[in-house]
Amino acid sequence: MKLLTARDEREALRLYKRYPEALPLAGGTDLMVGWNTGRLNGKTILDLSRLKDWARIRETPMGVWIGALATHTAIRVHPAVKSRFPLLAESSETIGGRQIQNQGTLGGNIANASPAGDTFPALAVYEAKIHTVSDAGRRVVPFSEIFAGVKQTTLQKGELIEGVELTTPSTEPCRQGFRKVGTRAAQAISKTVFAGLLWLNKDRTVDDIRLALGSVATSVRRLEHIETSLTGQKLDPKAITRALNLLSRDIHPIDDIRSTRDYRMLVSRNLITSFLNAR
Amino acid sequence: MQVKINNKNRSFNGTPFKRLIDVLREDFGLTGTKEGCSEGECGACTVLLDGKPVNSCLISICQVEGAAIETVESLGLPEKLHPLQESFLREGGAQCGICTPGMLMTAAAYLKAGGDPSPDAIREELAGNLCRCTGYQHIINSVAKALSENKK
Ligand SMILES: Cc1cc2nc3c(=O)[nH]c(=O)nc-3n(C[C@H](O)[C@H](O)[C@H](O)COP(=O)(O)OP(=O)(O)OC[C@H]3O[C@@H](n4cnc5c(N)ncnc54)[C@H](O)[C@@H]3O)c2cc1C
Ligand code: FES
Ligand code: FES
Repeated sequence: MKLLTARDEREALRLYKRYPEALPLAGGTDLMVGWNTGRLNGKTILDLSRLKDWARIRETPMGVWIGALATHTAIRVHPAVKSRFPLLAESSETIGGRQIQNQGTLGGNIANASPAGDTFPALAVYEAKIHTVSDAGRRVVPFSEIFAGVKQTTLQKGELIEGVELTTPSTEPCRQGFRKVGTRAAQAISKTVFAGLLWLNKDRTVDDIRLALGSVATSVRRLEHIETSLTGQKLDPKAITRALNLLSRDIHPIDDIRSTRDYRMLVSRNLITSFLNAR
Repeated sequence: MQVKINNKNRSFNGTPFKRLIDVLREDFGLTGTKEGCSEGECGACTVLLDGKPVNSCLISICQVEGAAIETVESLGLPEKLHPLQESFLREGGAQCGICTPGMLMTAAAYLKAGGDPSPDAIREELAGNLCRCTGYQHIINSVAKALSENKK
């Protein structure tokens, strides 16, 4: 095992360019599990823990900036995140136990690209922008384009996640909902995780709607067919049933060690229904 | 490299990717911190990093340069126990004891923050600490007791 320690951003990018095979180390709550089982033997590690600026969360005129190294704890207690992006604060609160929240970072959660990443549905409905940086320059990647598959991102060689930009929607949603379903309330990998935003017109027709589910496909899914079906409709049982019939076009859950396809379909249906029927 | 452990400045010159739990136990003789699962699930290895509970089995020493670490050894002495140690003794919060140092450290941070003494809030706070002996109720009672005495 070879350890590269970056004292600042410039050095991190230089080192990463020189050693593109290195694994960046943020909080280590994913990486160190691999280390403990011997999977990282012989690998090169790029320690980012000195990049203190990357742990900042700040309010911007348009929304909130969350540095890649901000921990789940910092996110879940941050006043601007709580008031403007409550679904992200709630999802950070459900990640692992306090120990994992205190050490795990948002950048690490995204880069790890697990199908069960609990922040992803919230990031999907807020249409987060992922800011990346490499020795060659900066890029802004829409959250919907950051994943390439299970445990795979579209980050390029030598590229790090620098932070996440959240933009406050131009009108405030009249409903926001987050639910995580797992084997127990905390410290459990989710079977299904949901986030939703809803804007209703005065006549109770749907002005806009954004729904996302995690753990039901290779990566998080926006429910585009359901969203389209509901937009402009009155939110009545008929419209909801019609929309839910499109669920299998939006998600593709699998049978695995934690759950079955049928169970995940049913839970997903119930989560969407209870969000749409909430008052 | 320098790191503050239980309020003493310590220097460490070993391999920079050594896990914090191993540095504490092997290099500094602080064997109060226990290892259960080695994968972040059980919380037996919980220590405080700048006042916050973390799993010392998932942290390498290079990540904590300049930081302050507190282990269970910092809590109390046999002749002068910490309020949580008192309440764990009185309420039967410990059986085999493997989970206890981690429980105490998570609870100590909660106590210091003036946490909510309701059983639900305590359960949520301790969700990252597993116990295979007590069935949790005695642990929750112990923490609730220390919290309510703290408020008085
Ligand atoms: C017991 C336990 C419970 C958990 N529970 C949950 C849960 O409920 N929900 C959930 O979503 N996750 C959970 N996790 C997974 C993990 O804690 C989170 O994904 C966490 O956010 C990872 O962040 P980190 O900083 O610790 O990542 P690290 O382990 O440091 O890194 C993870 C990966 O991302 C890469 N990386 C890190 N930072 C960057 C960056 N800035 N740019 C590019 N690449 C980077 C690393 O190279 C590595 O491949 C759990 C883990 C454990 C051990
Ligand atoms: S030994 Fe560290 S969490 Fe179990
Ligand atoms: S007392 Fe034995 S594991 Fe908790």
